[in-house]
Amino acid sequence: MSLFRNIVLAAVIAGLLSGLMLTVMQSFATVPLIVQAETFEGAGAEAGHSHDAAAPADHHDDAEAWMPADGAERFLYTAAANMLAGIGFALLLVTAAEALGGLKDWRGGLMFGLAGFLAFSLAPGLGLPPELPGMPAAELGARQLWWVATAGCTAIALGLLAYTRTPVLAVVAVVLLVLPHILGAPHPASHETAVPAELHARFVAAVLATSLVFWALLGAVSGLVRTRLRGGEEVYSAGTAEPVR
Amino acid sequence: MTTKTAAGAIGISASKIIPLSMTAMLGLFFVGFVGFSHMEVVHNAAHDSRHSLAFPCH
Repeated sequence: MSLFRNIVLAAVIAGLLSGLMLTVMQSFATVPLIVQAETFEGAGAEAGHSHDAAAPADHHDDAEAWMPADGAERFLYTAAANMLAGIGFALLLVTAAEALGGLKDWRGGLMFGLAGFLAFSLAPGLGLPPELPGMPAAELGARQLWWVATAGCTAIALGLLAYTRTPVLAVVAVVLLVLPHILGAPHPASHETAVPAELHARFVAAVLATSLVFWALLGAVSGLVRTRLRGGEEVYSAGTAEPVR
Repeated sequence: MTTKTAAGAIGISASKIIPLSMTAMLGLFFVGFVGFSHMEVVHNAAHDSRHSLAFPCH
């Protein structure tokens, strides 16, 4: 179990640090824009734009569901969500790196972090740009499916490009990179919204910039911690069977 | 198929498969919980994080 324990420990440290960093960056760069967009939310519905089938169900008017109060509580829940997502992404990153030969130093981790940005931020963002509250979008399930498929295809393609040397697999990689965008992301019937395009443009840029720093830090810290946490793993290199707990 | 070829090409040792699939599933669970859970309460708590990480929301 030492490999499992060491990976989880490295991922927790990297996820907590980069999640915290992301929260600080977001509180300056993206959250003010989200709050600003929320003032337009519902305005579109009143103007009669959201009555078609593709309009999103508006969660915010649902008085039944709990939501964090604005201010410190909202900030804390955002921080917790960012750190949990950070730990999850770090687990995937270190697992992929380990399957592909292991992280040797922070620079190797940084490369995996940049690949993570391409697969989980940039590629899905090309088809489904980061959304502000109050913007119309296609049905949630279809968008989530496209997002996951695109991230998965892009991650596999980057792995193939970096770790295989046969022309056939390079072609497969390019197909995997391009295919989700040719098929196209699900989009709503109408993009009409009360949210100003200028606000959305600033939000997309802010999301990409903060995500890039987040992923770079996540990868570099993962690499740094992982190279220092190898206790009890000799059993794996010796080629013996899975050790008992 | 392609992933198996890639993994085979760099030679992933059999003893690593179980711990690595466990860490991968744990990672998918965390990301799925924060970014994709349809539970109203989880959505509201992770709202700003979801929007800022460009997860599909609403």
